[in-house]
Amino acid sequence: MNDVAILNFNMGNLFSIKCALNYVGLKAVVTDDFEVIKNSKSLIIPGVGAFPEAMKRLKEKKLDSAIYDCNEKGKIIVGICLGMQLLFSESNEIKKTKGLNLIEGEVEKFSEKKSSNTKASFNVGWNKIRTKKFKKNSSYVSDLDKKDMYFIHSYYVKPRIQEIKTSTSFFYKKEFISSVKKDHIQGFQFHPEKSGECGIQIYKKLKINLEYKK
Amino acid sequence: MNIRIIPKLDIKNHNLVKGINLEGLRVLGNPRQFAEKYYNEGADELIYHDVVASLYQRNNLSSLIKNTSENIFLPMLVGGGIRNTDQVETILNSGADRIFLNTAALDNPPIIDNIVKKYGSSTLVISLEVVKSNEKYICRKDFGREETNKELIDWAKEVELRGAGEIIVTSIDSDGTGLGFDLNIAEKLSNNIKIPFVINGGISSIKQIDQLLNVSNPSGIAIGSAFHYGNIDRDFVKQNSLDGNIEFLNKKQKYRNFGKLKIQAIKKHLNKKFKSN
Repeated sequence: MNDVAILNFNMGNLFSIKCALNYVGLKAVVTDDFEVIKNSKSLIIPGVGAFPEAMKRLKEKKLDSAIYDCNEKGKIIVGICLGMQLLFSESNEIKKTKGLNLIEGEVEKFSEKKSSNTKASFNVGWNKIRTKKFKKNSSYVSDLDKKDMYFIHSYYVKPRIQEIKTSTSFFYKKEFISSVKKDHIQGFQFHPEKSGECGIQIYKKLKINLEYKK
Repeated sequence: MNIRIIPKLDIKNHNLVKGINLEGLRVLGNPRQFAEKYYNEGADELIYHDVVASLYQRNNLSSLIKNTSENIFLPMLVGGGIRNTDQVETILNSGADRIFLNTAALDNPPIIDNIVKKYGSSTLVISLEVVKSNEKYICRKDFGREETNKELIDWAKEVELRGAGEIIVTSIDSDGTGLGFDLNIAEKLSNNIKIPFVINGGISSIKQIDQLLNVSNPSGIAIGSAFHYGNIDRDFVKQNSLDGNIEFLNKKQKYRNFGKLKIQAIKKHLNKKFKSN
């Protein structure tokens, strides 16, 4: 049995996630096969690209039902970047598109601002995550207050229930939610697998949680 | 936003190489080992540039990127010789996060639109490799070998308009010299384009970085020689049968201009300077 199924809908840097999981000692498989996902202990939803295309591909491959199945069974689900956004109710990227609706809320675009001449419409680079205020909602990032993580995105999530926040970050002067946790689901706007040793801590926490669940 | 400090690794036939003004490439060792050192020292990103790929119209870096991804958890920007979306796919599937284009974009600008459409702006970086000629900055292709008629700012604006997410600009005149980046280029880009840009070429001291930041606001600073020459593995020649110019390694020379600049020192300096968020 695999520890982690990495959902393959041909969007995103799946190989790096697999490497990070292997590095911390988890057995991971990149797959779009319902049976393989059923036989895995947890699920990672990756994603780079546009929301409507991603939802379309999930549905074409019937992977949305695989995700719901994991959710019903209470398996750990981790969404990364677009993979987290897909868990929400809907997004305005390109056109209004319904998401998986496992977390109530919307996905919105950073507004373009003219700060120091820079077109501030997407965020590429390292930003600190602030987790201190959200310690109550114990998550994989709880111990990583003020650590730098690698972000690459132009949309951010706006959950309806604020209590699911586990960290916030700043893009120029705009504070946005950089990670969330709802029951057995955790989402990260940044890429833990590209965020050095601090990012690897997150996969280590996943491993501990999987062992605890046994 | 933090300014990224980005070691740039030029690759020729599986070796890390470095030249001066993009010429006279010396073999410096195994890129994988350099990458690991930079990761441990706190680099923000890595650039792999296949510097002969453009000439042969293929990019040879897949296995290196895969190998790097196994235990180096950093964003990777990869380029050199990429000419179509199939090649983009292969490189992204190997663990790279973003790709850069120079020659292919100059030869066929709509390729920018196509890649942006398929992978998004944030995946595509355009590399501008420029020389100063009669007080103008002119773009070159094929790793500095061939002139074009594109002027720096005209081309940068076009690239921006077509949707590229970032620019990396190399001053060929500054490359490998350690004498600092051409500040005119940085200033011109700051004043004329809105997308972020990374500068590359000539940086070898913190003082030069301060000078650069006085006139411009780059999103990143790529550094080659100033890092590499401090990390040369003298035994590399003994362990490997290499092609290319290994004279430098064989003679056990030191390169007096370089080798003292450390990633952590730069980052500490920048943190103090900007009291980052």
